[in-house]
Amino acid sequence: MSFTRWRTAVVFMCFWLGVCTSAQARTPTDTLVIAWSIDDMLTLDPAESFEFSAGEILGNSYQPLVGFDLNDVSKVFGVVAQSWSVSSDGKTFSFTIRPGLEFASGNPITAADAVYSLTRAVKLDKSPAFILTQFGLTPQNVDEKVRQTGEMTFEFETDKPHSPQLLLYCLTANVASVVDKKLVSSHERNSDLGYNWLKTNYAGSGPFKIRDWRANEVVVLERNENYQGPQTTLARVIYRHMPESSTQRLLLEKGDIDIARNLTADQIQAIKENADVSVQQGVKGAIYYLGLNQKNPYLAKPQVRQAIKHLIDYTVIADTLMKGKVSVHQAFLPKGMFGALELTPFSLDVEKAKTLLAEAGLADGFTVTMDTRNTAEATGIAQAIQKTMAMAGITVELIPGDGQQTLTKYRARRHDIYIGRWGPDYQDPHTNAETFARNPDNADNADSKTLAWRNAWEIPEMTAATDAAVLELDSQRREQMYLDLQEKQQQSSPFVIMFQEIEVIGTRSNVKGFVIGPSFSTNSFQSVTK
Amino acid sequence: MIWFRPCRWLLPLTRLVSNLAVTLLGLLLVTFLIGRVVPSDPVLAAVGDRASQSTYDKAFIELGLDKPIYEQFWIYIKTVASGDFGTSILTKKEIVDDIIRVFPATLELATVSILIGTLLGVPAGVLAAVKQGKLIDQVVRVIGLIGYSVPIFWLCLLGLLLFYAKLDWVAGPGRIDISFEYAVNPMTGLLLVDSAMQGQWDAFKNAFSHLILPASLLGYFSMAYISRMTRSFMLNELSQEYVTTARVKGVPEWRVIWCHALRNAAVPLVTVIALSYASLLEGSVLTETVFSWPGLGQYLTNSLQNSDMNAVLGATLLIGAIFIGLNQLSDALYSSLDPRVRKRL
Repeated sequence: MSFTRWRTAVVFMCFWLGVCTSAQARTPTDTLVIAWSIDDMLTLDPAESFEFSAGEILGNSYQPLVGFDLNDVSKVFGVVAQSWSVSSDGKTFSFTIRPGLEFASGNPITAADAVYSLTRAVKLDKSPAFILTQFGLTPQNVDEKVRQTGEMTFEFETDKPHSPQLLLYCLTANVASVVDKKLVSSHERNSDLGYNWLKTNYAGSGPFKIRDWRANEVVVLERNENYQGPQTTLARVIYRHMPESSTQRLLLEKGDIDIARNLTADQIQAIKENADVSVQQGVKGAIYYLGLNQKNPYLAKPQVRQAIKHLIDYTVIADTLMKGKVSVHQAFLPKGMFGALELTPFSLDVEKAKTLLAEAGLADGFTVTMDTRNTAEATGIAQAIQKTMAMAGITVELIPGDGQQTLTKYRARRHDIYIGRWGPDYQDPHTNAETFARNPDNADNADSKTLAWRNAWEIPEMTAATDAAVLELDSQRREQMYLDLQEKQQQSSPFVIMFQEIEVIGTRSNVKGFVIGPSFSTNSFQSVTK
Repeated sequence: MIWFRPCRWLLPLTRLVSNLAVTLLGLLLVTFLIGRVVPSDPVLAAVGDRASQSTYDKAFIELGLDKPIYEQFWIYIKTVASGDFGTSILTKKEIVDDIIRVFPATLELATVSILIGTLLGVPAGVLAAVKQGKLIDQVVRVIGLIGYSVPIFWLCLLGLLLFYAKLDWVAGPGRIDISFEYAVNPMTGLLLVDSAMQGQWDAFKNAFSHLILPASLLGYFSMAYISRMTRSFMLNELSQEYVTTARVKGVPEWRVIWCHALRNAAVPLVTVIALSYASLLEGSVLTETVFSWPGLGQYLTNSLQNSDMNAVLGATLLIGAIFIGLNQLSDALYSSLDPRVRKRL
């Protein structure tokens, strides 16, 4: 029997052997091949793109007006903008464009391009437009508020004297990237501002230009010879869509790809033994949290919220389960962001939790459900939490669902507990404060669906404090305001903030210089050498 | 008589067209309703979680979700009838363009798979039937059983590990090496055909080396089914009187098996092979995922997960049309294989 199976296998193998080439081509030295699950990618238009993968690709192919130092985020420097000043009333920002810059197309970069890019994003009003419209811009008034004042100068007028930090950080986001006005305008159809063209094409000035994108298959970038910064040694960078992490590991170890982006914690442990491969990591801005819906009478009790914060084994999940893909973090601003609080007051303490539950009149515990996205990470963390919660008598029933399903339910406030992951939209602390500590209207049909609203947490005082921090012009005082806000929020909120994400990638050992930034748009392969 | 002729053809043709229309309409209706019942918000897929309320509302109206379901369905049917399948939320492209891009990958994979499955499955089934109860019958059965019961996902990973990672006999996941990525000018979208037509034999070899492993694994999977069915059809034929007659007449045994019995077993077998081919053409999601094969299965699953209903409906229509088309084809083959059917027509 086994002999026959063996013989069949040999027949199969000879069949293959006869027809296939045996030597495989590995990646060329001037080409970086990255395997990543890029099925989230919707568009290449900076005015619309808001996904991780596209964020990274646009971050390497477009240039913003200003950028920030990855090692010291408080340092903001000009990229396309050379300098700027703020008027005495704090509402008008005047920018001067750096002279001598060119787009990949060869067109010179002027103030007209910067104004066009900002007004275009506001007029199109796609997902990331709120980053700009929060300064009081609307499609109707934007032409008046963002105005060109000279060949290389323009002004940006806001509705209130916001902290200058907030505006500058917002301008580092991809939505404020400078696009080639002449090129985009030439592809305008029915006054669509080039929207239908730019979603699959490129009009930027970054170190790389996008040559081709085939959805769920491949993205190809090439060196931009017109880029004025230091030229990269890579001639091209190829992203290959690879949804299966085991496949990524095989190809990485084999040398058919240079970087694998979706390796699981176990696979990372396993490849550490291979000398041809190395592991690189960097702290990301995303945080993992539990949202406790205040519409649930049990979870609305302050003691219960406090008890749950003591019923999670933070260190075991971070070290044993996630194996270094997250670190323990318990405040709403991620480490590395301006004003982040690094205090971690909670740890697993079943006795304390039991006392708190008894105080709430729930000594025998209760039953709640937890909506869990069916990814390995979320499911693993949820199961670990289920186990420790049971120690104090809280029965957690997990409801697995795909991302869209759980999110739809969360946004309709029909969950009990939601296990979520939140990444900041831009580099300013307001992005997270706005969602974790602000809820201007707790009604079911409210316009603003912040995370505080989704968990029906009514906080008029904290909302006022969050709004005040945005308008604080002095940066030291502003930092203190955020620290106070986080400490207060940490204790009283229905959010159990647990971890901060760490991005871990596997690279071939000869690949050097890949930079992992706090967001995907700050990940850079500009200085990679092989 | 001359006037009678067109009617003879018109009737089956009208029947075919009305069959096609009713089946596809039913398929669309069911898919549409399921898509609307699923508790997942399609606007979220279009604008993401962070969009402002005004952006969300705009997209809600653009997608036509403010209208009642029956009106949405009516509008959809009307636009489809005019040849417009709409735009995908995810890729922002016309559904037709998307399908033209992903379907050739699946078509190429499925065609090679069904060839492997048939070429191995039919002889194995015949052999098993002839040697019924003997060792060879048991072996074919066990091999078939393994092929049918082992999860294809696991088999794919194991195949990659062995033939790609350890032995280096075949190329890894993906359709072609990056060095050939832009060498072949896409004409049909089928890499083997395109590279052969352009005389790029290096690219042809490379594409074949990428294709052969997933195709063999899927082929093994359909072989398991085809060999089982062949065996049972053959057993049925071998017990018929005409077989005994042939043997008594002194016809050599191989002729009895391969020419007399198999010829008759081929009639129902055509349907089995056609349906196996159709289900391969749906796209095998798991195989496509493991092999990073940008085919219909991945496209459909990804669209489903993102509530991209235009894409789901477009792909469903295509799959429905394939099933109907292959069914018609096997009916046509019936008539050429079976003189009795021919006469009836």
